[in-house]
Amino acid sequence: MNLWLIPFFPLLGFLLNGLFGKRLPRAAINAIGVGSVALSFVYVVFVLSKLYPLHPAYSEHYFTWIQSGFLHIGFDLFVDRLTAVMLLVVTGIGLLIHIYAVGYMAHEGGYYRFFSYFNLFVFFMLILVLASNLLVMFVGWEGVGLCSYLLIGFYFLEGFAGNAANKAFIVNRIGDFGFSLGIFLTVLVFKTLDFGKLATAVSGMPVEASAGALTAITLLLFVGAIGKSAQFPLYVWLPDAMAGPTPVSALIHAATMVTAGVYMVTRVSFLYNHAPLAMSIVAFIGLFTAVLAATIGITQNDIKRVFAYSTVSQLGYMFLGLGVGAYSAGIFHLMTHAFFKALLFLGAGSVIHGLSGEQDLRHMGGLWKRMPVTFITLGVASLAISGFPGFSGFFSKDAILSAAYAHTPWMFWVGSITAGMTAFYVFRAYFLAFFGSYRGHHHAHESPPVMTIPLIVLAAFSLLGGLINVPHWLSPAFPLAEHENVTAMAISVTCGILGIALAAYLYVIRPALAESLKTSAGSLYTLVANKYYVDELYSGLIVRPLETISRSVLWRGVDEALIDNSFVDGLFGRTIRNWGALLRHLQSGSVRNYATWVLAGALLMIFIFSFSGGGR
Amino acid sequence: MPQIPAVPLSWYLLLSAVLFALGVAGFLYRKSIITVFISIELMLNAVNLSFVAFSYHLHRIDGHIFSFFVMVVAAAEAAVGFAIILTIFKNRRTLQIDEIDSMKL
Repeated sequence: MNLWLIPFFPLLGFLLNGLFGKRLPRAAINAIGVGSVALSFVYVVFVLSKLYPLHPAYSEHYFTWIQSGFLHIGFDLFVDRLTAVMLLVVTGIGLLIHIYAVGYMAHEGGYYRFFSYFNLFVFFMLILVLASNLLVMFVGWEGVGLCSYLLIGFYFLEGFAGNAANKAFIVNRIGDFGFSLGIFLTVLVFKTLDFGKLATAVSGMPVEASAGALTAITLLLFVGAIGKSAQFPLYVWLPDAMAGPTPVSALIHAATMVTAGVYMVTRVSFLYNHAPLAMSIVAFIGLFTAVLAATIGITQNDIKRVFAYSTVSQLGYMFLGLGVGAYSAGIFHLMTHAFFKALLFLGAGSVIHGLSGEQDLRHMGGLWKRMPVTFITLGVASLAISGFPGFSGFFSKDAILSAAYAHTPWMFWVGSITAGMTAFYVFRAYFLAFFGSYRGHHHAHESPPVMTIPLIVLAAFSLLGGLINVPHWLSPAFPLAEHENVTAMAISVTCGILGIALAAYLYVIRPALAESLKTSAGSLYTLVANKYYVDELYSGLIVRPLETISRSVLWRGVDEALIDNSFVDGLFGRTIRNWGALLRHLQSGSVRNYATWVLAGALLMIFIFSFSGGGR
Repeated sequence: MPQIPAVPLSWYLLLSAVLFALGVAGFLYRKSIITVFISIELMLNAVNLSFVAFSYHLHRIDGHIFSFFVMVVAAAEAAVGFAIILTIFKNRRTLQIDEIDSMKL
């Protein structure tokens, strides 16, 4: 079936635009950038229709990558039902966002650079998704991290973009360190990295009652997921990643790359099933992150930051789902979240584009009549993320919360309250942007069709995506659990609607009340608005001490005092320098001089050989 | 067939040594690059001569084959060498070897 063609098209697009883009006209860059992803999408649909019903999985072996002792790692790609969901999400939403980017990036410099990076990202993401062993997945994993770095720092002339890119890259390094340790430990324990062989090997092992090798592997892999999917305590990079262009935020930092951790955990779910302790930790970290990010989201004033914290929070939901064993619910939420969060970001991008770069909610307002399409589509996305009945988010969030209720009731309660907060802060942003009176000074205008059509398509999916029954589709691999719970559903929906109502009351009906609440909350508000000072804490505990040690010990001590003073300028260095000064005279530049030395050398050798008995 | 007294090996080697010494001397003391170049060819051919002489003396084919290699290399070297010389002359308007010393530190 030539699975390799799926990632090949974006790679080709990256090479063409990256190498020749500077000299190509815009139309050609668009055709290559968007066309490559479109081809990939069409080919994915073709492959999936051919391979239907995709059970058992279909795999292809291309070449042996590493062969060393017992370790045999092939460059293999494979497709099963889980991969199919991811492939459609990555190429489908990727295509829509590429189309949108044609409009959004129209006035930006480095146009070809943007599209070549964007295609490279899709390539690595597809490798990550198609990989049939952990190492090939790691290649894609690192690749998307690189593209994320390049695209966050796209406006590299502005200092904060470069800093944000560095922050994302370095924080991800911590997670990837855990991931690579997890891979090493897997090799040590199982002697293979292939998902199929791992699943067979682990099925013969007992479920670990206490912490053992499997718990260690799964937790190390989860550290990787924490970094990539922005969970506590490594979530700090994602809000800053909003320094990149908005299509990047939508595709990489909302819909696809940040969900790689969720995908990876689901891919090795057979390991997690044998390590209940690790699963509880996954669930707990997910839930904690969901609550933490939701509270921060309430206080942010930058529209993209509100949605960034919302992404962190929703990813926490997905991990909650995985942690309570509802893998298919987690993947379901991954998909619906990709629809509505991409839409939220693209809608925010449309607002920002229409306001010539304004991102502050305090300078928006009353935009509904100036941007009707954005207004309606963003409304759909906001209802979807709030879990409003009938919208896509309702189904997936309900699946997760029902599973949580069956597993640990208190997690369900916290999750439901978080759902209420989610609804509140998303609608706070929505009402601040579109209702009331206009508080800005730019001339607001609706975006061109190339941007609004992807919005409309995504809105359709956000509305109807819940009807795609992902848990049923995944049921061969992840058995359906019977915990449809009407009470739980009613409670979470009520929380969501209460959140929307509260937002409407505070930001549409009585706007003055929100301000007075803010002042009466006082120090609590300051604490949350400053993101619990986590960035400052990290800076004080890790960054500053490292800088101090580097400066005083490594630079002043080791480099200057030890190497420079005692070695380079000491006896050792001086001896070498003096000899060098002497020998330097040998290099005269005259060819005949050199030839004389060659002759002298040859004569010396003849002399030595003839006196040492002819060299025998 | 009457037996012609063979020229002894040492004569060939002596001739080879003289030719080689001439080549070395030319390489070191001539001032024109062309002459220096010819001197290099002279050295190569002096070595060739001793190869062939040994090969004949020992009734082995290795030396013959080696001398062909040397000829091929010499031809290739001549092609590259003259191209370099032409370029030097175009740029410097001189072929005096002492005036070309830009490889100094």
